Amino acid sequence: MNSATVRNLLVRGMLAGLAAGVLALVVAYLLGEPSVDSAIGFEEAHAPAHGHEVELVSRSLQSTAGLATGVLIYGISFGGIAALAYCFALGRVGRFSARATALLLSGTALLAVYVVPFLKYPANPPSVGDPDTIGKRTTLYFLMMVLSVLLAVGATILGKRLAPRLGTWYATVSAVAAFAVLIGLAYEFLPVINEVPGDFPATLLWRFRLSALAIQTVLWGGFGLVFGELAERMLNPRPATVPSGRSVPAAN
Amino acid sequence: MAQTVAQPTTTTPVVPATLPLKAIAPWAVFFGILMLVLLYFVGAEQGATSVVSGEDVHEWVHDARHLLGFPCH
Repeated sequence: MNSATVRNLLVRGMLAGLAAGVLALVVAYLLGEPSVDSAIGFEEAHAPAHGHEVELVSRSLQSTAGLATGVLIYGISFGGIAALAYCFALGRVGRFSARATALLLSGTALLAVYVVPFLKYPANPPSVGDPDTIGKRTTLYFLMMVLSVLLAVGATILGKRLAPRLGTWYATVSAVAAFAVLIGLAYEFLPVINEVPGDFPATLLWRFRLSALAIQTVLWGGFGLVFGELAERMLNPRPATVPSGRSVPAAN
Repeated sequence: MAQTVAQPTTTTPVVPATLPLKAIAPWAVFFGILMLVLLYFVGAEQGATSVVSGEDVHEWVHDARHLLGFPCH
């Protein structure tokens, strides 16, 4: 019975992730792609020497089918993971309804999975980034992401533990403060990466990063709303509405 | 004065029942790993590490990788 609930929530999470992925894809295509194209234009103008490598995947495929593959798989995967986290969180994080828990979880996930790592290691358009440091940059980015997620989980547990002694308000404030201090330390002590070419247009970098943030906000916001609705309907099925109190004559 | 009857204007949220950890664990382990593998292929394959040789996976998800914030190239 409970196992079936977990399975049903997982399926709904992946579907909600797919739906949110579609929304994010629209934003990525309309807001993000123009910046990617401009950045590739900059790259080609500045490195004509090795600009004519064999093109494995054409630009028109990369910006449509390729983009869709990536964003949708990302949405489905994080939808599934978030649904599993939701199974743990349900009824354990406080007095929140099924729907509110979903939105709370997706908001926290947006912060912990994306915004916190982004503030230290922001998204970069093509032509920003030295190919020789890809290993270091990948390690640091995933380290920051894992650290942020683990600290967010830790802060939630800390808040739960403190709540009986401090009350919900002060327990929450204390837990968030502890999270902020530890993340601040990580920001301070993890190495800085700045590989933006000196003459790269500042407005283009800014637009690219804003669009990257917009994609994630739409993805997680959409996920929270859609999944919350699906979970609420599944966990609290509304009784069949009686049509305006009038008794329905039994059919013979 | 007409007596106003206190009406429950908003229903207090029904706190959902918790799901036992034992019921969640098998799903979390199996599907959690599966989802992480999928994310790896979107976010990092043929960048810092490669499971499949070549550049095709990297090139195919190139734009998504940049726009989703993963380090690329």
